[in-house]
Amino acid sequence: MSVNNEFRPKIVAFCCNWCSYAGADLAGSSRLAYPADVKIIRVPCSCRVNPMFILRAFEKGADGVIICGCHPGDCHYSTGNYYARRRMTLLFSMLDYIGVEKGRTRVEWVSAAEGVKFSDTMNDFVAKIKGLGENVRLGDLRCKN
Amino acid sequence: MQRIGVFVCHCGSNIAATVDVKKVVEVIASEPGVVHAEDYQYMCSEAGQEKIAIAVREKKLTGIVVCSCSPRMHEATFRKAAERAGINPYMVEIANIREHCSWIHKDINEATEKAVILARAAVAKVNLNTPLTPGESRVTKRALVIGGGIAGIQTALDIADAGYKVDIVEKTPSIGGRMSQLDKTFPTLDCSACILTPKMVEAAAHENITIYTYSEVEKVSGFVGDFTVDIRKKARFIDADKCTGCGACQEKCPSKKTPSEFNRGLGTRTAIYTPFAQAIPNVPVIDTEACIKFKTGKCGLCQKICAAGAVDYTQKDEIVTEKYGAIVVATGFDTISLDKYDEYAYNQSPDVITSLELERVMNAAGPTHGHLERLSDGKAPKEIVFIQCVGSRCSDDRGKPYCSKICCMYTAKHAMLIRDKYPDVNVTVFYIDVRTPGKNFDEFYRRAVEQYGVNYVKGQVGKVIPQPNGKLLVQGSDLLDNKQILKEADMVVLATAIEPNKDVRKIATMLTASIDTNNFLTEAHAKLRPVESPTAGIFLSGVVQGPKDIPETVSQAGAAAVKVVGLLAKDKLMTNPCTAKADELLCNGCSSCANVCPYGAISYEDTLVNDHGIRETRRIAIVNSALCQGCGACTVACPSGAMDLQGFSNRQILSEVDAICR
Repeated sequence: MSVNNEFRPKIVAFCCNWCSYAGADLAGSSRLAYPADVKIIRVPCSCRVNPMFILRAFEKGADGVIICGCHPGDCHYSTGNYYARRRMTLLFSMLDYIGVEKGRTRVEWVSAAEGVKFSDTMNDFVAKIKGLGENVRLGDLRCKN
Repeated sequence: MQRIGVFVCHCGSNIAATVDVKKVVEVIASEPGVVHAEDYQYMCSEAGQEKIAIAVREKKLTGIVVCSCSPRMHEATFRKAAERAGINPYMVEIANIREHCSWIHKDINEATEKAVILARAAVAKVNLNTPLTPGESRVTKRALVIGGGIAGIQTALDIADAGYKVDIVEKTPSIGGRMSQLDKTFPTLDCSACILTPKMVEAAAHENITIYTYSEVEKVSGFVGDFTVDIRKKARFIDADKCTGCGACQEKCPSKKTPSEFNRGLGTRTAIYTPFAQAIPNVPVIDTEACIKFKTGKCGLCQKICAAGAVDYTQKDEIVTEKYGAIVVATGFDTISLDKYDEYAYNQSPDVITSLELERVMNAAGPTHGHLERLSDGKAPKEIVFIQCVGSRCSDDRGKPYCSKICCMYTAKHAMLIRDKYPDVNVTVFYIDVRTPGKNFDEFYRRAVEQYGVNYVKGQVGKVIPQPNGKLLVQGSDLLDNKQILKEADMVVLATAIEPNKDVRKIATMLTASIDTNNFLTEAHAKLRPVESPTAGIFLSGVVQGPKDIPETVSQAGAAAVKVVGLLAKDKLMTNPCTAKADELLCNGCSSCANVCPYGAISYEDTLVNDHGIRETRRIAIVNSALCQGCGACTVACPSGAMDLQGFSNRQILSEVDAICR
């Protein structure tokens, strides 16, 4: 979907219900803007994010995927974000190996009180993805318009 | 196929001003599964909910998507509406087109396009939703209050008066907290001890209250209604049942040089001590680091002198395990360290003190017996300078970004009390702003200025320089007169920023309660649920939630108590039905899931399965839905994809991904 031929990336953000989704809500209620390219999917915990979801997003044409969870030590389920961190470290390096650049994937810790951080993170992430351009490596060409 | 109704809310102009709601309705109506779509001014209103009920009836809906505010706001509202209309509440999904869309985007086309995509994702998810039924869990009719200051005491008293058992766990040897250290309280100048100690006595005497002093919460497990808590009762080395509180041991103790925590290090105490005369319980503790008996094996004087035979050097820490239905955090505050504020010479001169230290100096039971004197030479000061906002409203990382809220008022109080008792002492206050919102607060501040002649100077102090003659040279600015001020003072008092108690992070982690960047615990909703943590069953009382004075703390303590009582009054709670479940045809009993489960909710049972006609007994993962909290860690750990989370299944989330990337 391009407006004025400008590259509009597709970005999927997985946010844990307890910290980051609430942080995104706070960014919203504080009117802290970030690009509409970011679409948020609510999950109970960052550890609910299956690597499969990320592969699917890239396959379906996403240009970047970000996972947001509670800060280390603050997970609502005690240890979930640690699992997420380990899984994603492994997955991201494998994705990098097959050509999906590290800049297209990110894990960030955003608490329920960090609306500013949520907005800043999304602005920064979108800018980086715009710099990288369209994801062509894993995208299923049949999914492209 | 589901029959889905989509309801798009205008939220007045909150959504409708940036999202073309009619367009969203028009586009979403052609999505697979959608049989009804409409928009309305306020979907959460009674009329809006009625529209949902009518559509459910007339269009025979099986699923509902509400495009509105955050599910954290109104998911429960719409689930209830769905239930009343006759469909399972878990067949409702919310597309958050307010916080995540209309409020952060300006361009209508862009925001509308995004709202459509978010709505599509929700529709795609509802297409795969299945009806879920919550289970029930019991409620232990007992509450725990962590912290025995005025917040904790008031919460405990209110819960106890409602007829429920409540335990207070206090880290120090006595309840009373910060308020017990204060001399007078604004804006009425009540004597702090006079209004606090009766409450302390009442709490100690209450049949429904058990107080664990010199104790700490060590471990918390379980969930709302059914927490299990380990409390470490540190060894006092005194048998509390035998001790009569006569105080003879403290009089005779030869180790007298330890700085008194209660007097903020300004006086000393003995190794065997109660923090202050009105301590509750009036049972001393032995500080093993200061005690000669513990250090050298010699002495033992307190044991010899104790007529009741209460001193027991062999006492050990004890762990008490208790079950609670609700937990209140009331851990209070401390003043920040001034190590990064060299310009105020706090560490260089004993005559530069914090306001809390001044409370002790002005208190009759304090280190100077209530006489206002310089701590360096004991001389009466003639010129006192107060500096406001030391570490508060600070833009760099030395201090805190927030206003500590209480300083303007207690400084006015200090200035007034000093001018009242010592009319020959000049008092100057350097301030950035004077903030006195509160009942009778501004009147109080004006009395300090108009009636007591306190000299208020708008401006900050750059440096305090100790002089060879023992005086303190204060370099400040007067912003109103636009001039530099040099003032020789005998004493400087710093209105030091307050911060949450150091232990609160550890406690928040144990309770899995959210905490903000300043270490204040986060409330479930900043305006509408200010005394509840987002974690069910955890409540907030006092400064742990944010800076507040005593009247506010007491109000909030009562509010937290009401919330606790509301919970304890229930016999059963509904549990979250979004729990994990293993597909018995895919599970091979490998134990990967149980290894990552933080709740020990997964076990394995030999189960007879019918795998496409083949009947055999297999080792299958069984999830205890009462223990499972629905984090989903197991679903990702499962190598065969057998484990899935109800309400957030793999297929549901993948369908959302697909809808977004379409």
